Amino acid sequence: MFERIMVPVALDHADRMERTLDAAADLARQYEAPVTYVAVSGKVPNAVARTPEKFAAELDMFAREQGSRAGITTEALTLTSNDPGAELEKRLLEGIEKTGADLVVMGSHPPGVADALHLIGSHAAWLVRHSDVSVFVVR
Amino acid sequence: MHEQSTDAEQLIADLEEVYETDYEVGQDNIERFGLDMHNPVFFISASLIVLFVALSLLFPEAAKDGLESTKAWIQVVFDWVLLSAGNVFVLFCIALILLPVGRIRIGGDDAEPDFSLVSWFAMLFAAGIGIGLMFWGVAEPAAYYTDWYGTPLDIEGYTEQARPAALGATMYHWGLHPWAIYAVVALALAFFSYNKGLPLTIRSTFYPLLGDRVWGPIGNVIDILAVLATIFGLATSLGFGAQQAAAGIGFLFDLEGGLPTQLVIIGCVTALALISVLRGIDGGVKLLSNINMSLALVLLLFVIVAGSLSAFVVNYGQTLSGYFQSILPLSNPVGRTDDTFYHEWTIFYWAWWISWSPFVGMFIARVSRGRTVRQFLTAVLVVPTLVTTVWMAAFGGSGLDQIEQGIGQLADGIGDEALVLFQMLDNLPLASLTSLLGICLVLVFFVTSSDSGSLVIDSITSGGKTDAPVTQRVFWAIMQGVIAAVLLSIGGTAALDALQAGAVSTGLPFTFVLLAMCVSLALGLWHEHQLNQAIEAVEV
Repeated sequence: MFERIMVPVALDHADRMERTLDAAADLARQYEAPVTYVAVSGKVPNAVARTPEKFAAELDMFAREQGSRAGITTEALTLTSNDPGAELEKRLLEGIEKTGADLVVMGSHPPGVADALHLIGSHAAWLVRHSDVSVFVVR
Repeated sequence: MHEQSTDAEQLIADLEEVYETDYEVGQDNIERFGLDMHNPVFFISASLIVLFVALSLLFPEAAKDGLESTKAWIQVVFDWVLLSAGNVFVLFCIALILLPVGRIRIGGDDAEPDFSLVSWFAMLFAAGIGIGLMFWGVAEPAAYYTDWYGTPLDIEGYTEQARPAALGATMYHWGLHPWAIYAVVALALAFFSYNKGLPLTIRSTFYPLLGDRVWGPIGNVIDILAVLATIFGLATSLGFGAQQAAAGIGFLFDLEGGLPTQLVIIGCVTALALISVLRGIDGGVKLLSNINMSLALVLLLFVIVAGSLSAFVVNYGQTLSGYFQSILPLSNPVGRTDDTFYHEWTIFYWAWWISWSPFVGMFIARVSRGRTVRQFLTAVLVVPTLVTTVWMAAFGGSGLDQIEQGIGQLADGIGDEALVLFQMLDNLPLASLTSLLGICLVLVFFVTSSDSGSLVIDSITSGGKTDAPVTQRVFWAIMQGVIAAVLLSIGGTAALDALQAGAVSTGLPFTFVLLAMCVSLALGLWHEHQLNQAIEAVEV
C-alpha cells in the first residue's frame, strides 16, 4: 500500500520521538517500505552540530542506528535552509518530493492553548493541509 | 617524514582544541508553549523593555531630560573616544584586507555563498542605512551648505567652498566609517559562528578573550544591551519615520498628517513586516530588498537625468573631491573648533552607527556565508561607499543646485527636515509620481528594517538559534510596532526623543565592546590562519 515512508526528525529532540519512530518502523515492516529520515539544518551552528556537514553526518548515523535497531531499510536526507525557523514546512514538502515518499509519519503535540494563540499551528497540521500524500500524525 | 606529519597533526589537534567548548547551542533555553527562549536574556530584555517604556510614558519630561543629558554628556566628554574608535575600525578593516588572513573564507574553504551578489548588496542596505539615505540624502548637504545647524570645519555657508565641503562631510558620515563599524561586527559574528561553530549571538565574538565565561553573566549583559539598543533604536525610528511619512503624505495630498495617519502607517508597516517575517529570509527580506533596490535605482536615474546630467557630473566630482579633502580633517579628534558640527552631527552619527551595529552587523553576518574575509570587507566597505557617492551627488547635488539658483522652497532654507526630499523632487518633472515613489521606498525600507530587526533580536534572545519557532519573530515585530504606537499616542515626541537618546547612548559602552571585538577577531582570524597553514602542510 505504501512504497516509501518519510519521517521528519528533530534531531535535537530525538529522545522525545520514540512513539513516532516505533510507529514508522511498524508500518515499514508491514508494507516492506524503506524509511527516509528527513531533517532541516540551518547554516549557523545549532544544537545538533556546528556545521551543516556535521549535521548531515549525524542524521546519517541516526538513520543507520534506526535501521539496525528495527531491522528495516533506512536512508537519510538532510535539507539545508537559510532560514530554518520560517522555511521548515516548505523544506519538508520539498523532502516529500525528493524522497518520493507516499506516507509521512510525524510526531506532533496535541493541540492546546499555544496552537490557538499562535499565528502558525503545528508543522504536522500544515503538512496535512499542503501535501497530497498520506500523513500519519503520532501524538 | 612520518614524524613530521605526526607533529603537524598534533599541532592541528592542539589548535582545534582552543575552540572546543562544551557549550551547546540552546542549552540555557526554556521551551514552553511552543517557544524556545534563552534564559535569562529573553526574560530580562522583555522586562527591561516594558519598564523603560512605562517610565518614559509616566515621566516623559524627566525621562527625556535624563536620557538626553546622558546623550549630550557622551557627545561632549567622549567625543574623541568615539571619533578615534571610528578611525580604528576603518584602519582595522583595511589591514585585514591587506594581510594574509584576508584569504580565510567565511564558512570554511568549501562554503559557497547563500545569496547572489546582487541580492546580497541589496540586503546590505535593508537593515537601516537605506532609510537614512532617503531621509538625509538631500537634507544633510543642504543643512551644511545653509549653515542650518553648524558647518563642517566652520566653513562659511553659501560660499563656493561650502559646496564640496557640504557634500564631502555628508559622505564622511555615510561612507567608509559607518560601513567599517558594521563590517567589524558582521565579520566577527560570521567568522565565529560559521568558522568556529559558536552560536550566532553577540557574546560569541568574545570567546578568544573570555573563553567559557562568555556563556555566563558577562555574555548575558552584552546580549541584553544589544537587544535593548536594537529594539529601542528600531521602535523610535519607526515612530519618527511614521511622523515623517505622514508629513510627506500630507505635503503630497493635502491631508492631515496627524496622529491617526501616523498610527495607520505604523500599523501597515508592522503588518507588512509580519508577512515578510512569516515568509522567511528568501521570500521576505531578500525579495523586498531587491524590489527596493530597483525602485531606488529608478528614482536615482530620474534625479540624475531630470536635474541635468552635466550638473550631476560636476556634483559627482565635488562629492568625491570633497570627501577626499575632508576625510582627514574631519576624522581628527584634537583641536576642533567646529563644535556644533562635530558634536551634534559627527559624534551623534558615530554613537548611532555603533548602537545599531549589533543589529545591522548580525543581519549582514547572517547573509554573508561563503565569501572570503577580503571579498567581504572590500564589498562591505567600498561598494556601499561608492553607491552612496552617486546617491549624494544626485540628491544632495540637486538640492544644492536648487538652493543656489533660488528655485522652490529649499531656497528659503530648511524648514522641516522631513520634507526636504519632497521639496527637492517638487521642482523636478513628475513631482507627484516621484514623491509617491519616495514614500514607498521609505515605507518598504521600514518593513525590511523591522523584519531584519526581529530576526536579529530573536537570534540573540534564543541563544543563537535560527530554527526557533517563527512565532518569536512575530512577537518582536509586533513589539516594535506597539512600542512606537504607544509612545507616539501617549508620550508624543518627548517619549520618542527620550528612548531614542537612550538607544543612542548605548553607543558609548558598545564603542568599548567593539574595540575589544577587534582584538578578539584578530586573535580568531590568526588562529584560523595558523590552522589552515598546518592543514595545508599535512596535505602537502
